[in-house]
Amino acid sequence: MNKKVQVQATINGEGVEFLCEPRQSLLEVLRETLGLTGAKEGCNNGNCGACNVILDGALVNSCLVLAVEINGRNVTTIEGIATPQGLHPLQEKFIVHAALQCGFCTPGFIVASKALLDQNPNPSENEVRQWLAGNLCRCTGYDRIVRAVLDAAQVQEKPL
Amino acid sequence: MQVLDYISAGSVKEVVGLLASNNGRARILCGGTDLLVQLRENRRRAELLIDVKNIPELTSINYDNQIGLWLGAAASCQAICHNPFVLEKYPGLVDAISLIGGVQIQYRASVGGNLCNASPAADSIPALIVHKADCVIVGSNGTHEIPVEQFCIAPGKNVLQNGEFLLAIKVPVAKENFGAHYLRFIPRNEMDIAVVGAGASVTLDKAKQKILSARIALAAVSPTPLFVEEAGTFLEGKEITEENIREAAKIAQAAARPISDLRGTVEYRKHLCSVLTRRALEKAVERARRHE
Repeated sequence: MNKKVQVQATINGEGVEFLCEPRQSLLEVLRETLGLTGAKEGCNNGNCGACNVILDGALVNSCLVLAVEINGRNVTTIEGIATPQGLHPLQEKFIVHAALQCGFCTPGFIVASKALLDQNPNPSENEVRQWLAGNLCRCTGYDRIVRAVLDAAQVQEKPL
Repeated sequence: MQVLDYISAGSVKEVVGLLASNNGRARILCGGTDLLVQLRENRRRAELLIDVKNIPELTSINYDNQIGLWLGAAASCQAICHNPFVLEKYPGLVDAISLIGGVQIQYRASVGGNLCNASPAADSIPALIVHKADCVIVGSNGTHEIPVEQFCIAPGKNVLQNGEFLLAIKVPVAKENFGAHYLRFIPRNEMDIAVVGAGASVTLDKAKQKILSARIALAAVSPTPLFVEEAGTFLEGKEITEENIREAAKIAQAAARPISDLRGTVEYRKHLCSVLTRRALEKAVERARRHE
């Protein structure tokens, strides 16, 4: 039986404690141990961005972070983006602009876009495209995603 | 992946001890953007991963007017490219480091890791070579330094011996009249591996008409990042003319020993060497003139 390590972290604002093997990725533990299946396993090697989470303010691929590394740290997953009051403007605008087809890449795109708007509330189209270069979508051709993010930025800037 | 244990080390001394007591079974973990993928694919092996991201000497980025730049081996590309001193003094390094992966990779990947991974196509290495940077290596016998151009010895292999690790990269002070640039050719706009990459640096005379010294290094055209010393030597004492720059680019092209693979043929890569070296030199001169 492989050695297991105890990890304590804050995930989506809640304290959690879990046991994991040192070899396990954060993605694997989120999905298999903690039941947070919003982050997707696309490539499992850092190319596609479908597993994106925010780790202490930094956008990362959870497939390339070991679960043991998050001890004492703060993680936001797609499950932590909406609030009890409703969807995040990014989520609203992805629906309005039909910025998804199969939807597999969408959690990664929303988390990545959230990380962008957190530090650059009013990005240019070029900045959005550059920022999202690490997220792959094989359905939409990206245009609707970019429009949704730009539109969400407008809403965030001027709340209703 | 056969990793059995993980330790977040708190000091350089602790890392030295762990490497010594695990005799080849341990590996250093920084961002893991290369290492975790390679471990999963059984391209590298490790039973113990030693995380060095919580050791201040390994993550610090310090600039001193007398000594130059200290880049902790585990400092992330994101931290380096947003450091005000690096942005002001070393735009040629930012050119290369900001090209590594997308945002998600930038937040995790380290320049030390890019160096240790020893890919022939690594973007940061030619840029470090033309800045005359040194590797600070620590082991149980103490600390020593070697020039970056001597660090990689084969694809995926570096000079580090059992029990040694890379502590930092030291970059000399960027003097007045110095300029550097790195660029690469890829078929898309971002997130790709170089077909060819070229770095160049120049130091000009006071009047900014002559080249006092120059360094040129190439990526993805030989088994290791290629320092073309003779191209720089050719430019020493020469006027800044289109002809001289073209001649130096030709020398760099002649030194390249590329292979044909899915990214490009030998002929295409040879052609790119000359074009990219010329452009890298032109931009380096422009920066030296502006003292950027």
